[in-house]
Amino acid sequence: MTLITEIDYGTPKSKATAMVTLEIDGQSITVPEGTSIMRAAMELGTQIPKLCATDNMASFGSCRLCLVEIEGRKGTPASCTTPVAPGIKVHTQTDRLGKLRQGVMELYLSDHPLTGDNAMQDMADTVGLANVRYGFEGDNHVSPVRADGEANPRFKEKDESNPYFAFDPSKCIVCSRCVRACEEVQGTFALTIDGRGFASHVSAGMDEKFMDSECVSCGACVQACPTGSLLEKSVIELGRPETSVITTCAYCGVGCSFKAEMKGEDVVRMVPWKDGGANEGHSCVKGRFAWGYASHKDRVTKPMVRDKITDPWKEVSWEEAIGFAARRFMEIQKKYGRGSIGGITSSRCTNEEVFVVQKMVRTAFHNNNVDTCARVCHSPTGYGLSKTFGTSAGTQDFKSVDECDVMLVIGANPTDAHPVFASRMKKRLREGAKLIILDPRRIDMVRSPHIKADFHLPLRPGTNVAVVNALSHVIVTEGLEAKDYIAERCDPKEFARWTDFIRQPENSPEAMESITGVAAADVRAAARLYATGGNGAIYYGLGVTEHSQGSTMVMAMANLAMLTGNVGRNGVGVNPLRGQNNVQGSCDMGSFPHEYSGYRHVGDNAVREMFEQVWKTALDSEPGLRIPNMFDAAVEGTFKGLYVQGEDIAQSDPNTNHVTHALEALECVVVQDLFLNETAAFAHVFFPGTSFLEKDGTFTNAERRINRVRQVKAPMQGKDEWQVVCELSQAMGYDMHYNSSSEIMDEIAWVTPTFAGVSFEKLDRLGSVQWPCNDKSPEGTPIMHVGGFVRGLGRFMITEFVPTTERTNRFFPLILTTGRILSQYNVGAQTRRTENVAWHAEDVLEIHPHDAEVRGIKNGQMVSITSRVGATTLRALISERMAQGVVYTTFHHPVSGANVITTENSDWATNCPEYKVTAVQVTLSNQQSDWQKDWEIREDENKRIEVKPLVAAE
Amino acid sequence: METRDMLRMANQIADFFKGYPREEALKEAATHFNNYWDPRMRKHLFEHLAKGGEGLDPLIIDAAPQIRKPKADAA
Repeated sequence: MTLITEIDYGTPKSKATAMVTLEIDGQSITVPEGTSIMRAAMELGTQIPKLCATDNMASFGSCRLCLVEIEGRKGTPASCTTPVAPGIKVHTQTDRLGKLRQGVMELYLSDHPLTGDNAMQDMADTVGLANVRYGFEGDNHVSPVRADGEANPRFKEKDESNPYFAFDPSKCIVCSRCVRACEEVQGTFALTIDGRGFASHVSAGMDEKFMDSECVSCGACVQACPTGSLLEKSVIELGRPETSVITTCAYCGVGCSFKAEMKGEDVVRMVPWKDGGANEGHSCVKGRFAWGYASHKDRVTKPMVRDKITDPWKEVSWEEAIGFAARRFMEIQKKYGRGSIGGITSSRCTNEEVFVVQKMVRTAFHNNNVDTCARVCHSPTGYGLSKTFGTSAGTQDFKSVDECDVMLVIGANPTDAHPVFASRMKKRLREGAKLIILDPRRIDMVRSPHIKADFHLPLRPGTNVAVVNALSHVIVTEGLEAKDYIAERCDPKEFARWTDFIRQPENSPEAMESITGVAAADVRAAARLYATGGNGAIYYGLGVTEHSQGSTMVMAMANLAMLTGNVGRNGVGVNPLRGQNNVQGSCDMGSFPHEYSGYRHVGDNAVREMFEQVWKTALDSEPGLRIPNMFDAAVEGTFKGLYVQGEDIAQSDPNTNHVTHALEALECVVVQDLFLNETAAFAHVFFPGTSFLEKDGTFTNAERRINRVRQVKAPMQGKDEWQVVCELSQAMGYDMHYNSSSEIMDEIAWVTPTFAGVSFEKLDRLGSVQWPCNDKSPEGTPIMHVGGFVRGLGRFMITEFVPTTERTNRFFPLILTTGRILSQYNVGAQTRRTENVAWHAEDVLEIHPHDAEVRGIKNGQMVSITSRVGATTLRALISERMAQGVVYTTFHHPVSGANVITTENSDWATNCPEYKVTAVQVTLSNQQSDWQKDWEIREDENKRIEVKPLVAAE
Repeated sequence: METRDMLRMANQIADFFKGYPREEALKEAATHFNNYWDPRMRKHLFEHLAKGGEGLDPLIIDAAPQIRKPKADAA
């Protein structure tokens, strides 16, 4: 292992197709038109000295180090801002250039502290600068005190307000790389250069501390800084890293590639990897900085068991814990039947870890009671897209957005939940793409610096289908559909039938206006824009799926995309933004109770027989229980044992009281996790899990990209998670054995046609591939349905709007909807154990000023939120982001009990819970809810670990 | 599972397929139960039908003959 340093070409790659040939230092080179001389030189291996240039932002020409001479041209132009031209002869090293560079460098160093260890020193060495003739006696930014003993007004103290990085203004050379990174790469515009001339300096916000500014702590500025003025605190503390490993972030479904930079066994920092297909060198506050949970003191590293959930936990050996779990599961099956136990796979675990859990359920448990946490987020995506297009996955790669002309963002909040992709979207929007947002809440993308949605349709929660049907209605009735595309690629009978349905007047924007709350004129205008504005791409999140009509809505969006010809090429598509790092993968791996890997039904005899041959055991042909069905069956008494891999169902699943009743009814709950999470309070066996830094395997992101997760350090609890699952299977009588996770992937490839060409060797060679990856597409498939749909002809589905039964009334007059914020992730098990709590220490209830006023609620007061299933207490945040009548909260902290309020309602097709619509009442409160009091007691009682008596040393 | 939950879920399925011509709706609804409902859930449905099917959407009652009966040892 060495420290990986990517080549920095200095300026971005030109997209031009015309080529230009020139000569640099006597060598001929041919590059695309528009390439800078600096980049062309680097492609020859000639690194022209530079400080302000880097290849992920436009050239700027401020540092004046990259000067070159061009025969026949006057002066010494900056090579970063000068494009190549046919036949020119460039010289990068001459006496004149050497002297100029030394002079420039000397001036920089005359106002720069002599700290040695940074790119400034390297550059001084590169240009051959031996001595700096100027001391710090004159005007400078370096010394707190001037030569005359007075305080130096130019000197600024270090800003250490951000928990992860420090800003030392004395080291800054005002090259603007940080400012440009914030603008061009991240798109937040939190930084600027304030002042003029020698007084110019980098300013966060209105010359505030970084933490007080708009900074979102993505780390792009820190990565860009060439002088160490902006530097990770972990580097300041631990020193420069020595080795690095390329791996994949374990937070959201964007699946960013990172270099884990190490010193010995310590991670010094995570740096986004330039060649990462999903992120191309960018990051967010979670992936970049919030990895400290992996070594948090709360990590449990020893297996534990207990007879009853009221007993304290007892630490035992792995053999004992695995034996205990196997014995209990087998006893339960003997007593209550084969179908009385099951398992849940985790979207946070690797494909290989997920695959073995579902295999264990099907082979060692002998049933299909396996489900995954995707059930509660994107299961409608799988259902809806497979019915219409034939594949349970998004259609595009992320890069496709670069070619998009009209973005339709529905029920997603990319800047908070998928920030790295949001930066990419914002970049395209700044280039002129149009934006339509369907969301009850005024998300940041509705209006933020240099971004303004052309249409924000603030629909009432629960009316998605009505609005999207209305969009299609307008397109059909106004004749804006893509007739040739539909005729060529879609099923004519289904289309004709659907057209008759969608044309009906009750689907018109005018008819729907009173239901959706969206002005009909805006719906009409948005429909026209999407249909006629060029490449139209739909990006959507859980605001689409987590409804009683989640699957209908996915189909309605697919209809809309087919109707306008927006599937099957670059820049278009229907793109689910997946919540967790491996939601796509966990679904692909056969985690659903009715499907094997590759989405093949357990009732398909040929497929099942193939699996029976490979796995050498008989398999059940009946679909198993889905997660909500497992809870129902547990309360009913037919389901008694559950294996939970890395999911905190007691916190994340809806109607907490129902979930906890179900968990209490189980006779054996096995939890495999990093921490004693909320579900562990109801568990009998705890298998300590591995963090992403300890895993070896793959994650599949929202664009079907299979990325390698490489082991950065050894598992803290001594075993790979897949190994634990194999041993449990063996203890239950099914011989499951692998020597490595690579062998598991080989089996996945063997039994799954869409993964047939995937292997660790190929992933290591290519970096990543997007499935389908097989003989037909050996290097993967970035864009699907090119030339035709996977199912053959695209199928328009009839998507009648059926209102949810969850409605407001005089007892529950407001609608609660839930979501995420940038700094926290899902149930917060990881991010709450990092410095990210500095941004979000508690969940709050956002409420419209009018709704607050009529209830006498002031900002910051505690309020009780009550639904028909439960109540909790949160602090109120008065905000106009919500429409009147709608309140909003996040669910990152267990004590908040956000899911105590959400109900059992679910999507008709998949049982994905209806998190996004709950009728509630909000009242002032001065105490915790009963549930919160019970939670605090349980937190103490059910998570006790038995203290072993001290044994006196002999 | 509470019968009211089973009814809610079954009737939601009916609501979706009602948009289709009757024969197709019956077939698609039945296929949905066969593909996605675990045997004990289907057993619950059939037990409720045996008691008269109160509260069940007529489309589900009519689709029932096409829904696979679970084996006797289901659960």
